[in-house]
Amino acid sequence: MSDILVYAETAGSAIHPVTFELLGKAGELAERLGLKVSSAVLGYNISDEAPELIYHGADKVYVYDDERLRDLNVISYKNVLVRLAREIKPEIFLLGATPWGRSLAPRIAAALDTGLTADCIDLQISEDGRLIQVRPAFTGNILAYIETTSKPIMATIRYRVMKKPPRDPDRRGEIIARKPEGIDEEWVRCLGKISEKRVSLADAEVIVAGGRGLKRKEDLRLLEELAGLLCGVIGVSRPLVEEGWISKDHQVGFSGNVVKPKLYIACGISGSPQHLAGMRDSNMIIAINNDPSAPIFRYADYGVVADLYDAIPKLIHSLTEAMSREGRSSRRA
Amino acid sequence: MGQEFRIIVLIKQVPDIEKVRFDVDTGRVDRSSAPGETNPFDLHALEAGLQIKERFGGSITIISMGPRQAESSLKDALARGADRAILLTDPRLAGADTIATAKALAATIKKLGRFDLILCGEKTVDGDTGQVGPEVAELLEIPHAAYVCEIREVTRESIKVVSDMGDKYLYELKLPALLTVTRELNSPRLPTLKGLLRAKRAEIEIWTADNLLEYASIDQLGFQGSKTRVTKVIIPGVEHRKGIILRGDDAVKKISEVILREVLRR
Ligand SMILES: Cc1cc2nc3c(=O)[nH]c(=O)nc-3n(C[C@H](O)[C@H](O)[C@H](O)COP(=O)(O)OP(=O)(O)OC[C@H]3O[C@@H](n4cnc5c(N)ncnc54)[C@H](O)[C@@H]3O)c2cc1C
Ligand SMILES: Nc1ncnc2c1ncn2[C@@H]1O[C@H](COP(=O)(O)O)[C@@H](O)[C@H]1O
Repeated sequence: MSDILVYAETAGSAIHPVTFELLGKAGELAERLGLKVSSAVLGYNISDEAPELIYHGADKVYVYDDERLRDLNVISYKNVLVRLAREIKPEIFLLGATPWGRSLAPRIAAALDTGLTADCIDLQISEDGRLIQVRPAFTGNILAYIETTSKPIMATIRYRVMKKPPRDPDRRGEIIARKPEGIDEEWVRCLGKISEKRVSLADAEVIVAGGRGLKRKEDLRLLEELAGLLCGVIGVSRPLVEEGWISKDHQVGFSGNVVKPKLYIACGISGSPQHLAGMRDSNMIIAINNDPSAPIFRYADYGVVADLYDAIPKLIHSLTEAMSREGRSSRRA
Repeated sequence: MGQEFRIIVLIKQVPDIEKVRFDVDTGRVDRSSAPGETNPFDLHALEAGLQIKERFGGSITIISMGPRQAESSLKDALARGADRAILLTDPRLAGADTIATAKALAATIKKLGRFDLILCGEKTVDGDTGQVGPEVAELLEIPHAAYVCEIREVTRESIKVVSDMGDKYLYELKLPALLTVTRELNSPRLPTLKGLLRAKRAEIEIWTADNLLEYASIDQLGFQGSKTRVTKVIIPGVEHRKGIILRGDDAVKKISEVILREVLRR
């Protein structure tokens, strides 16, 4: 029986959570298409992680645990995965649409001479059993439905759009340790990680985002206070990063982070297509803007036409009051 | 110092995304509604090339595949300081997906002969894929680094770059190599008056599929060579939003209730 192959991304020693989401989706597709789910994990000291892939849906895990795979070397990783794909000939090959996944996948696709669909947000099966890949294009303005005519069908899938399957430690599968071949020590050398991401917007449940409606860098504190209250993090539109007010980790949008929090509060952000591309799929969007014609209002569940310098302090006040009332009443209960 | 440092920059002309009209009902993208401009990320790739050329001497060749009107983006690149510009334009190259695009570009590069560095944008604003660069690198069997936000050091043999993949990594690549660059890398210069005059006189070389046949067969190119097909396009509406607009004194109170109800209680 042939496979759906899921690349298990590791950064350091931990498996990137997008992998589990992919395994969940792969399991669903495999059942409908009569396939099995395989996964490949590459890195150093990662063998202990392999059972997790089985608990989340893999039937077979190929483990390449080698010191020479400690760093993310695109040529080595490509060589190993291309060899595996040539050997097991998967029908479908999925990778996370993380920056690393989006750098690695196209090399593999070109080597295998197959089609690759970037940054998918959905995978569907047509009535006649073909895989349909859905992805945004034109800076997020359209959704394209794509079919691949070659094998394997390759796609990178956005983080947090597929559901993570429940972990089932009773699930059984096969773990196959492999020696990597095709290690490159000549063309690319990773000289180390030079800085860590300071925030992970993609993982945030609540994002309070500020744009050019803010007058000074110091005013970001206002948003920090609101974010703190909601256990959220700060996001920004691109101009604030360009001004040097905050690091790029916080940027939401086409050339920043794509996010899907439970709540996105956009303060003083107009709603350019490039910003919307990063947040339009948030579960709930609230916009605060003093211009009633700002495009962001068309994408918001709730729009507040107000000066943010007036509205946000009031909102903080109102939330604080309500929360302390909550606290009192829940103590009583 | 031996041979000149040869830089290739891959540039695509794209519609100005703020002006394109998207028809929600028919799912049609009306490209003619918007003027073409150079993919914004590619201007940063060009700027990186210009800065390296300033230090090392050498030459910059621009390659673009697209319709005839993409010539204006190539003229613009010449005006900013590029030396040579090639436009691949041919109905047989049209309708290419990323792999077919990469094959045409790689064939062009092979035909040009020796090169040291290829620069691309992180992605295009119409394709949004970021795949063409790494695919070209694979086809040419050279290393690449993606999301390059800093170039630390360039020598004749190698290049050190910072790749922004959330966490930032320092990589050393042996040349020839390919980089895809982010907008943080630099601020693109504008064309100079002298550059504009030079560009006006300069010839854009027009190549067709016939120029590539040594390195790619016709069935690898264009729509025919594509391995993916767009079967449907939809323009997502915003209907699923409540679209409740609030003003005045009560607005904040209502919002705070909504936040508490929907987010904190779950
Ligand atoms: C290739 C490319 C990639 C890009 N990538 C991104 C990206 O990833 N992310 C991104 O955000 N942008 C990106 N941009 C930039 C984008 O085009 C916009 O310029 C940017 O999003 C605008 O940011 P803004 O909404 O904060 O500013 P503006 O558009 O200037 O809007 C400011 C808003 O604040 C409101 N306002 C002003 N004062 C107040 C007040 N006191 N109270 C309340 N409201 C107030 C105004 O009414 C206005 O609507 C990109 C652009 C390009 C070309
Ligand atoms: N038709 C094209 N002609 C020249 N370069 C291109 C073309 N398409 C893509 N590129 C290059 O590849 C990069 C990534 O494009 P994409 O994969 O379409 O997102 C762009 O920023 C360009 O540098």
